[in-house]
Amino acid sequence: METLQLLFDGFAVAFLPVNLVLIILGCAVGLFIGAMPGLGSVNGVAILLPVTFLVPPTSAMIFLAAIYYGAMYGGAISSIMLGIPGASTAVATTFDGRPLALQGKADMALVAAATASFVGGTISVILFTAFAPPLAEFALVFGSPEIFALMLLAFATFVGLGGDDIPKTLFSIFIGLVFGAVGLDIVSGQPRLIFGEIIGFMHGINFLVLAIGIYGICEMLWTIESNKGNVMISQATMSFRGLLSALKELIGTWKTMVMGSFLGFFVGILPAAGATPGSLMAYGTAKQLSKDPDTFGEGNVDGVVAPEAANNAASTGAMLPMLTLGIPGSPTTAILLGGIVIWGLEPGPMLFIDQQEFVWGLIASLYAANLVALLLNVAMIPAFIWILKLPFTILAPIIFILCIVGGFVPTLDMHDVWLMLIFGVVGYLMRKLDYPLAPAVLAIVLGPLAEPALRQSILMSGGEVSIFFTRPIASVIMIVALVLLLLPLYPIIKRRLTVKAR
Amino acid sequence: MEAIKLLRKTMLAGVGLGLAFGVAGVSDTAHAAWEPKKPVEFVVMAGKGGGADKLARLIQSIIAKHKFASKPFTPINKPGGSGAEALVYANTAKNPNHTIMVTLNSFYTTPMRQPGINVDISKFAPIARMAEDTFLLWVNKDSGIKDVSSFVAAAKKAGDKWIMAGTGKGQEDQLLTDFLNTAYGLNMKYVPYKGGGRVAKELAGNNANSTVNNPSEQLGFYQAGKTAAIAAFTPARLELFADAPTFKELGKDFVYFMQRSVVGAPGMSKEAESFYRGVFARVYASDEWQSYMQKKSLYGGFLTGKRLMSYWEREKSIHKAMLKKMGEIK
Repeated sequence: METLQLLFDGFAVAFLPVNLVLIILGCAVGLFIGAMPGLGSVNGVAILLPVTFLVPPTSAMIFLAAIYYGAMYGGAISSIMLGIPGASTAVATTFDGRPLALQGKADMALVAAATASFVGGTISVILFTAFAPPLAEFALVFGSPEIFALMLLAFATFVGLGGDDIPKTLFSIFIGLVFGAVGLDIVSGQPRLIFGEIIGFMHGINFLVLAIGIYGICEMLWTIESNKGNVMISQATMSFRGLLSALKELIGTWKTMVMGSFLGFFVGILPAAGATPGSLMAYGTAKQLSKDPDTFGEGNVDGVVAPEAANNAASTGAMLPMLTLGIPGSPTTAILLGGIVIWGLEPGPMLFIDQQEFVWGLIASLYAANLVALLLNVAMIPAFIWILKLPFTILAPIIFILCIVGGFVPTLDMHDVWLMLIFGVVGYLMRKLDYPLAPAVLAIVLGPLAEPALRQSILMSGGEVSIFFTRPIASVIMIVALVLLLLPLYPIIKRRLTVKAR
Repeated sequence: MEAIKLLRKTMLAGVGLGLAFGVAGVSDTAHAAWEPKKPVEFVVMAGKGGGADKLARLIQSIIAKHKFASKPFTPINKPGGSGAEALVYANTAKNPNHTIMVTLNSFYTTPMRQPGINVDISKFAPIARMAEDTFLLWVNKDSGIKDVSSFVAAAKKAGDKWIMAGTGKGQEDQLLTDFLNTAYGLNMKYVPYKGGGRVAKELAGNNANSTVNNPSEQLGFYQAGKTAAIAAFTPARLELFADAPTFKELGKDFVYFMQRSVVGAPGMSKEAESFYRGVFARVYASDEWQSYMQKKSLYGGFLTGKRLMSYWEREKSIHKAMLKKMGEIK
């Protein structure tokens, strides 16, 4: 009851006219930033941080949180419409969102993304409201062994993502892992795979560079080859009736939405993980649980709903360790954390006690931002659809420019742009040879999280692998991961046995 | 003791303020002579959200709020290779008059550990030392350890099962761990993590036995009663942690700081250099900076010009000796 009272006080703060205007403005800015490839919530929040000194801390936080939320919605837009991930968190959305758009169901995909984002956001804010302090305790005991077990679980959910050709899938995963290993190795303190002293490799290979190369450049080359540029990309339309039937179809995906929301929120609260692994895991899990997993990657609505519900839920989840422990769960929350410090507040366990107006004003504004972002997004869908009606000869140069900008912006380094173009061409060739590319993207995201966690764990235990099975949380996750990894072998073994029996 | 500390502080503040006003006075005339013609690139040796990044963004906002400069200061993150990427970027800046960088102790250690990047730090323009961050020895409250002698006893008993978490390899935290191992005959195991916040969390979550965090990194857990500081690597006790004795008091004469300095790219003109000095002297004197220093238990006064250069020379030789002892360099 006390929590509810605090929440109502929070709503009183969030609905102050100035804050309400900031929420709407923030969502609109975020939507735009999220939709631009390469620009994600982290850029938006970093760029606009100094602006927030014009308003009191609570309003400033509300504004930045609205941008954060808006960007999560916006990321899906270019993933679906152009096939370029609008933000790192929206990579998984391209897997099925893009095929849907190509089949003329862009309206369906966009409505699905917006609805799933709303559901994910709402469920996670409710979880946040109800369980923030105990979840913070949980995040605290989550050390490197637990993180490694979780990452293994994430890989496990993706077994079979690449289809039936296991050697080619493994090759794709390993390529991704190698790319993920480039740059400074924090455990040895030495730079790795920088090819002598190529400075551009020192910050590692930003996985957006790979994702934009593969999904932007490679996709464009593919389209040019397959239709010689004569065809429009899609004949999508948007009507009120279409919206209604889309919503009706979405009701069937409620299980995936709820699953994505819980999974995303849970992964989000863990330090160092954030929304990108969360959305990838949700996609993999949705595929595992689905009755017809074969349609994933070819335009299954569940494949859009799962990552979108998860990335919004994770973005709320990531605020939990930031506010309660002073530890960012994602790069964006790291900047928000800097903001909190600059505004003169002390993040950490005492924030919930000393700054109730700030904390609950923020939580209440998350509810509001969620609704505003949904309405803005749905209202804009006709405009997005219009983009798809442009002839490919006009669209292709636009996509190309957006890819270049998207490759350059995160690091402001031309090195990354060249790398992205190379990835695009190589990705195109790999696709011609039927290599699955999604496993490489997954590996470059999860590898840099899993590897240090593995080595830190082994350091902690003095070389004993048993550390993953002697700690309660780690052992449970580890066993589930191993079962999932070995499960695909079961039918093979069974077949062999029956053959032998005959 | 208290009186001396107070006197010291007042003197430091006095020097700082004097310098600030002195330089600010000079810079008013310099203003007419040189001003940035476009946004200033403010290179950060860390990723977005890291310690150096937060500092750069605080400075950026102070400059913007008080309009200390006519053009904005834009942080650019170059996190690669423990500062190597940032150092090379600034070293080869196309427009040195519009490129400044916020540096840490990796300013000394990275060029030594990676001679291939070819960076000579004495070529950088000494704009301002804004502060020195302090280090303390932290343990989890659950451990029941209250002082260094019980810490040493427990760590000795645990041998290499005792885990010291720290940021990076061959950097500040490991230098301090090495010192403790040698000084007290310990065999603590060093586990590197990315970022001081994560290190602080590992201690609070009992995944490590001790850390040597900066106050700003542990403050949240400290205030919540999860962790405790048992000793300080400072010349005198810190106001915020008055119960933690210095290692000097404990008979080990060891003092270590992390510099928070701003440097100009090599090749910066004298006029531009004096402009930035003026800007940062005003930032130093601003209420926001002073209260940040107090809250985060930062040490050190404003240093610039020749005095900052000789400070770097001294620190450089200290770090060289330490890295040699650790076997990180020859």
